[in-house]
Amino acid sequence: MNKGVAITGMGIISAIGNNVAENYQSLIKGEKGITRVSKIKTNHVNDIMVGEIDFTNEALEQQLGLSSDNNYSRTALLGVIAAKQTIADAKITDINAYKTGLISATSVGGMDMTERYYYEYLENEATRKYIKGHHAGDSTQKIASQLGIEKSLVTTISTACSSAANAIMLGARLIKAGKLDRVVVGGADCLSKFTINGFKTLMILSDTYNTPFDENRKGLNLGEAAAFLVLESDKVVQAENKKVLAYVKGYGNANDAYHQTASSENGDGATLAMQKALDVANYTPKDIDYINAHGTATGNNDLSEGRAIIRIFGEEVPDFSSTKAYTGHTLAAAGAIEAVYSVLALQNNVIYPNLNFKTPMKEFRIKPQLELKEKALQTVMSNSFGFGGNCSTVIFSKEQ
Amino acid sequence: MMKKVYIQSVASISAQKTFEKDYFLEEIEDYEANVINVINPVYKDYIPPAAARRMAKGIKMGVVASKIALHDAGLESVDAVITGTGMGCVRDSEKFVSAIIDNDEQYLTPTSFIQSTHNTVGGQIALELQCKGYNFTYVHASNSFESALFDAKLQLELNEEKNILIGGVDELGDHTTKINKLINHIKAEAVKSSELLVSNTTGAVYGEGANFFVLSNEKKDTCYAELASVKMFNTLAEEEVLQEFKLFLKENNLKVEDIDLLVLGNNGDIEFDGYYNNLSKEFNNTQQAYYKHLCGEFHTASSFAFWLASKVLKIQSLPEVAKLNQKTIATYKTVLLYNQYRGENHSFTLLKKC
Amino acid sequence: MDALKQELKENIIEQLNLEDMTTEDIANDDMLFGDGLGLDSIDALELIVMLDKSYGIKLTDPKEGRAIFESINTMAAYITEHRTK
Repeated sequence: MNKGVAITGMGIISAIGNNVAENYQSLIKGEKGITRVSKIKTNHVNDIMVGEIDFTNEALEQQLGLSSDNNYSRTALLGVIAAKQTIADAKITDINAYKTGLISATSVGGMDMTERYYYEYLENEATRKYIKGHHAGDSTQKIASQLGIEKSLVTTISTACSSAANAIMLGARLIKAGKLDRVVVGGADCLSKFTINGFKTLMILSDTYNTPFDENRKGLNLGEAAAFLVLESDKVVQAENKKVLAYVKGYGNANDAYHQTASSENGDGATLAMQKALDVANYTPKDIDYINAHGTATGNNDLSEGRAIIRIFGEEVPDFSSTKAYTGHTLAAAGAIEAVYSVLALQNNVIYPNLNFKTPMKEFRIKPQLELKEKALQTVMSNSFGFGGNCSTVIFSKEQ
Repeated sequence: MMKKVYIQSVASISAQKTFEKDYFLEEIEDYEANVINVINPVYKDYIPPAAARRMAKGIKMGVVASKIALHDAGLESVDAVITGTGMGCVRDSEKFVSAIIDNDEQYLTPTSFIQSTHNTVGGQIALELQCKGYNFTYVHASNSFESALFDAKLQLELNEEKNILIGGVDELGDHTTKINKLINHIKAEAVKSSELLVSNTTGAVYGEGANFFVLSNEKKDTCYAELASVKMFNTLAEEEVLQEFKLFLKENNLKVEDIDLLVLGNNGDIEFDGYYNNLSKEFNNTQQAYYKHLCGEFHTASSFAFWLASKVLKIQSLPEVAKLNQKTIATYKTVLLYNQYRGENHSFTLLKKC
Repeated sequence: MDALKQELKENIIEQLNLEDMTTEDIANDDMLFGDGLGLDSIDALELIVMLDKSYGIKLTDPKEGRAIFESINTMAAYITEHRTK
């Protein structure tokens, strides 16, 4: 026990880049990936903006060399792209040289194909290959298979928008407890009519660029993305002389137990999650250098999260920003996307600007970081909160 | 020092009358069908109407099973809630998708969307219990429940929590049933429960249910069994099952003859029941049980087997209807469960008398 | 107006699954949210869809609903003034 959890590889595909380097360039240049939706036919096209990945499914299938009879959902396609990058980045050549597991997160799963062929399944046999790809574990099984992970611990977490943060947390716990030597953790979610219309019914989609922590925020932009990280034990790091990008230092999950979808006014669950993560890391609030906030730009989240941050950090709130203005809210993948961004922040000693911000919220005095800031960082806290009151915090650090 | 993990209480809602406290499969519903629904308890006895009015069936089953499990354990609340579900509240997913298509994205309401979120059952249980602790939902096909089990066990062993509510829940949805018939995952013909394993056809008889348990790292009077080990595999070839099983026994310092009861997940699908055959042969001197003729096949059906095995260890008897062979045993001390679905996501679960 | 109020009660009971209630249980001036009928923010979203579907009234900000959905009386008054169908 009490072992370090090293991050030795990262991979990502999002609306602001098809790999880690492209994502980083967009982040420091302040280039957002928010546009009108082009790959999904929806009546709401002029009412919403999204963070969409440029590649079509056909292009992704081609990149992966899949035959035309494949039954990959877009979630699975994105997931495999990011997971393969991760393995390459960690310079893993023999995945089964160590006891390796996979913990993936998704909320949409194969819903993109289900909504496309829902009634067509009844008429057209050619579409039926997607039926067994609907359930949330399917994309995870495909990722495991593409990475060559066999006869191992492979599972899927779905706790709405905190899912990937929870996948990282479970992975870290498994390494610490010695259950696995290496675990690939992360998440994938594609855009779908299902989520577009679902969030629309909740009336929390913005019709323009989302503006986290702004007084006049109008709601979120949905995004699609996938990101994975390789976590390795001290044993593997030493034996392989691995380059460590950062460590997973703390983590916490708590439930708001307040409402089916909304966060409590005072952010009870968020406060508990941040506190637990600090406790696991054996840190005090002063030890946190930057918070990559959940910051979805909904009225409810930003107020609740802001209050929770003040409850934890008091008068001395560290620099914080939300990167949702760049990528949109990538739902179950968000925790992994922002884990990659947190590690990049540590590696490059930068804090990303919170784009689109104009007016401070009237409820409190704290204000997000607005310009790109260079600053020596030792630690980054990343928040992810979801429906069902699910609140998660992960802390990344340079030092073990 | 790793703590031991005990099953403190059990609760089951299934196609049998398992929600009744002292019922243990004495009188059986003998179905002749290819899809079997649960026998519903009176949900209103457990959930106030104001809270129940928006709840999907999966939520109702999960909330009621969790309340029974807590009551049985003599607890008001728990430290954490960990749920497994293969499909979540699939009826609401169907409702929302069909509404999007049928109404051309107009006049959609949020309730069915909210309930489509996989962690809606876990979230509602937290709300009902006002439990602000750790709350995870695993959605990994036939290893959804085992993932919850594995996670809870890890936390209890390390004494991070004392009492954890875990459960597996899945509901049937009409459209999902219809399309799974098209791809022969559901049997084309109605099968009598008692004849499931001799049906000689492809596909399974689908079911639904909710099975919840309180696990704890302190042994109490109510204890059903000790959860000794759980191991998952994303893949295993048919011919690898036996060898991995022997390795699992070795890891737990057990020999074949130490096993008093083997509980197998046979579902009568001739394409996939072969996975159980090698084990069944190897253990031909051991008493064996099966259960999917009682509850149907669903992603978290193995949580019903967990309920069955817990009861066997507490009551020290195996219901006649679950017997797969005619071996007998004086005392049940060690019970082993093996399950998989369509050749993927295999699990071994080891329970001991406490 | 009375017919509209009766219709609203029926729609609310059906749309919000208030299974144990009848239209007689809802008085015209009962508070629909909070201590009254106990409706919540998700119900408010359901009622916004009802306004759109049944009466052709589109609300863009859920906050607008608070005053409109105070009671059957306030709903009926608002609908009478703004309905397009």
